[in-house]
Amino acid sequence: MAFNLPENPNTRRWLGLMPAILTIFFFMVIPITILGVFSFKPADPYGGVESGFSLEAWIQLFFERDLDDSLIFEPVYLQIILRSIILGLLATAASLLMGFPVAWYIVQQPTRQRDLLLFLVTIPFWTNLLIRAYAWILILGKDGMIEKPLYGLGLIDESLELMYGNLAIGVGLIYSYIPLMILPIYASLEKLDTSLIEAARDLYANRWTVIRRIVIPLCLPGIVAGCILVFVLSLGDFISPSVLGGGKRMMLSNLIQFQFSSARNWPFGGALTMLLLLMVAIGSWFYMRVSAKDGAVEH
Amino acid sequence: MAKSMNTPKKTRNPINWLKAWSHLFFLYLYAPIAVLIIYSFNDNRIAQVWTEFSTKWYVKAFTNEDIQRAIVNSLKVAFVATIVSTLFATMAALVLFRPKFRGQVISNAIISLPLLVPEIATAVATLSFFAAIKFPLGLTSIIIAHIVFCIPFAFMPIRARLAGMDQTLQEAGKDLYANEWQVFYYVTLPMLKPGIIAGAILAFIISVDDFIISLMVAGAGATTLPLYIYSMIRLGVSPEINAVSTVLFCISVSAIAAYWLISRQTEDKTHVH
Repeated sequence: MAFNLPENPNTRRWLGLMPAILTIFFFMVIPITILGVFSFKPADPYGGVESGFSLEAWIQLFFERDLDDSLIFEPVYLQIILRSIILGLLATAASLLMGFPVAWYIVQQPTRQRDLLLFLVTIPFWTNLLIRAYAWILILGKDGMIEKPLYGLGLIDESLELMYGNLAIGVGLIYSYIPLMILPIYASLEKLDTSLIEAARDLYANRWTVIRRIVIPLCLPGIVAGCILVFVLSLGDFISPSVLGGGKRMMLSNLIQFQFSSARNWPFGGALTMLLLLMVAIGSWFYMRVSAKDGAVEH
Repeated sequence: MAKSMNTPKKTRNPINWLKAWSHLFFLYLYAPIAVLIIYSFNDNRIAQVWTEFSTKWYVKAFTNEDIQRAIVNSLKVAFVATIVSTLFATMAALVLFRPKFRGQVISNAIISLPLLVPEIATAVATLSFFAAIKFPLGLTSIIIAHIVFCIPFAFMPIRARLAGMDQTLQEAGKDLYANEWQVFYYVTLPMLKPGIIAGAILAFIISVDDFIISLMVAGAGATTLPLYIYSMIRLGVSPEINAVSTVLFCISVSAIAAYWLISRQTEDKTHVH
């Protein structure tokens, strides 16, 4: 070879790490910092920001300016943020109720079948979110797969209006992220010591008691991890509200996107993004604490 | 006596409920996709009224010049982003799997950062960055953004592969007076290959499917396939969308199936040892 690697281990590490680290640093860490700075600047009505300092974007989160420049409390944006949080929580709860039995079922199958079932759970996760949301229009929409048979049977004579509301958004969120609920729960169920269950059954505990007193407490880290993943991803979801919610019922990310497109209020969009990142950071912190504890239990 | 006769019934019943629920769940997971694919072969102009089997929407979609251009753009972006991110991820993994050193934790954290930040935040932050440095939006800006979020996806399987690798072979190579490059080329790289391929596949899938980040950093004329599908969906349901979506779905599924086969093969091999 034409040249030799440097002898110094530190120099080598730096050479190997530099491309990946610098790429992420320059095109992600710095951009987020710039966005944070933008949120403290006056908006340029043609998009972007003007020079100077302004708290207008942060004030806009809570207040509206009256004609005489006085501030009036305006909860419209807080309502959108609150709706995102509530929809995210509902989607998380529904995913847990739907997903836990499935993870429990998969873990009881023979190894070969387990692998296949897990693969089936992950496939949708790796396919385009847009397509998955669109598929639900075919099911929930006017003359969709749900309404058509009901018309045929004469059970309804006008559309159920399943689309373009909180229900459709919720369905989209659950469908998008439920694999991320099942996988961590499965992982913690797999590690579960089955002799504990047998012992409990020998002591005449019924199935519900076993699940309540043994299974759930022992796989709590998996449950918490799954809940945080689904909640954080739902909170930042853009596709379900814009495709299934019809764009009328906004969630936080639609509001953010709107500020950077039609509304051309980048500082306000920046402030909203900082708020979203703060919520995600809190979620991730919990997630790391839980997985650290999970690791400690293993040892 | 009565108790022992009751017990088997009690255990069996909930298992059946569990089975039924799980089967329903898989139906729920795949029914929407099945509907999408079936109706892409429907002759009727109205997407939800079945008349007869036809492939005309595929012909129509793929003779559409805008769709052709969008596919070419998507592939260009995905190829460049996959190659660059896999290369960077491989280099970083080769450093990071070694025993602890200063800066390892922070390096790992930075590499997994794109997984933690919500896509919409990455999208608008990248847009602000390009605006601040006055970088023109277009295919290049999409490619740069894609490289960033593809790195952690390429990184994960490569590092997993390195962690399970037998170090003694490299030692043996050194003992036989191979220089570092020879050890790397003839020992490390062949063993690492399945991990690199798996990483590249994940990066490719993530890039081809990306929508929100592309939406924000694409300039006029740099439409990728998901962006085109989105603009079609906004105009309403049509069998053409079903056809294009089915093709994109098949690309992702075949890639992820390849990934699964590769990672399972290597797992089997490690089990044999």
